[in-house]
Amino acid sequence: MIETDILIIGAGPVGLFTVFEAGLLKLRCHLIDALPQPGGQCAEIYPKKPIYDIPAYSEVLAGDLVDNLMAQIEPFKPEFTLGERADTIEKTDDDKFIVTTNRGTKHIAPVVAIAGGLGSFEPRKPPVPNLADFEDKGVEYIIKDPNFYKGKDVVISGGGDSALDWTIFLAEGVANSVTMVHRRSSFRGHLDSVQKVQDLAAAGKINLMTDSEVVGITGDDHVNGVTIKTKEGEKHVACDHWMPLFGLSPKLGPIADWGLNVSKNAIEVDTFDYSTNIPGIYAIGDVNTYPGKLKLILCGFHEATLMCQSAYKRIYPDKNLVLKYTTVNGVQGF
Amino acid sequence: MVFKDSNMGIIKVTVIDREGVSHELEAPTDMNMNMMEVCKSYELPVEGTCGGMAMCASCHMYVESDHELPEASDDEEDMLDQAFHVENNSRLGCQLHLSDNMEGMVVRLAEVGD
Repeated sequence: MIETDILIIGAGPVGLFTVFEAGLLKLRCHLIDALPQPGGQCAEIYPKKPIYDIPAYSEVLAGDLVDNLMAQIEPFKPEFTLGERADTIEKTDDDKFIVTTNRGTKHIAPVVAIAGGLGSFEPRKPPVPNLADFEDKGVEYIIKDPNFYKGKDVVISGGGDSALDWTIFLAEGVANSVTMVHRRSSFRGHLDSVQKVQDLAAAGKINLMTDSEVVGITGDDHVNGVTIKTKEGEKHVACDHWMPLFGLSPKLGPIADWGLNVSKNAIEVDTFDYSTNIPGIYAIGDVNTYPGKLKLILCGFHEATLMCQSAYKRIYPDKNLVLKYTTVNGVQGF
Repeated sequence: MVFKDSNMGIIKVTVIDREGVSHELEAPTDMNMNMMEVCKSYELPVEGTCGGMAMCASCHMYVESDHELPEASDDEEDMLDQAFHVENNSRLGCQLHLSDNMEGMVVRLAEVGD
């Protein structure tokens, strides 16, 4: 069991800055994030986009903002559970919370700060009617172990880098056959990957179907083929696996079932300290809502700062807390 | 001092929601707004996850009227690749920047995936 003072759910900019404000109060933090790297949307969606409304930065790339935050919080030695989604929460007899991820990692803390942004990033699922029946029975949205596909007939959908890269990788001596299905005739991936896929198709090493879309899955208890809509009509392609690779999108997910007051996909908080209706659970950044809420990183930083003061009082109800300035005290790490 | 005509820079657009209900909206053309933002400002169910950078496809909509619109950029086309239920008239609302020639435009919100 991982123990900490503040368990932060979401390692985006607001979650990361919480570590700093908590650290000034000598509170330790552990962060959980569904993505494999810290930074949230800034790292996953728009790392190369400039942000212009971070105070004192006339311009900063989202990816650099994350790097800077990581450097800023380094003295406070945050720990991370990455690539896992916080799934369940339970309260202990001594007023702490146990949060368990989808992979079973358990964390315990007296304070939970949900800085989950728009939710955890989950694969986009295509609107194929019987899709859910075949999840993990031949339909995989993420390719974890390429050897799993050794000698298999696979169909990959999508036109981005991950679809292109896996098509190339699996076509080169891993899978028995690879069919790539893409809705358009042009691709948006790296030019050399696009060229490679077209070369493989020309050499007959993959079956490339453009202007086409998978619209159905066949099979009993496992995928045995997919139905593909093409310009010439519907075709059936026999396969063992279908991997729809359409990128990730955020979903509030299991947090919605934690007993928190939720309105329009956001958690209601008291702006006094960004506490939720459950004492000890706070919500900060894009995941919360209150009258006048603005989804801005700079507002999230403010919310994190006030939240930490309240968290301190919850953890040390008998201690007096006085605001200390970093100009006076500097940063004393752990 | 010259005052602007109060109707200047306001266009009417129609948004058909996912239940098929038409909403006639007034939208200013001088506020640098796009269709995703117009929908959000009227609290229509458009997520706009990425804030309007053509990076998420959560503002996917169909242009139902025959207005002549600027062509989709590569970024927009690439993002539509990751959306579902894409048709020939599919656009990302965030890339439809309001202008006077959009007066009377009709758009329909696309289904959102799981």
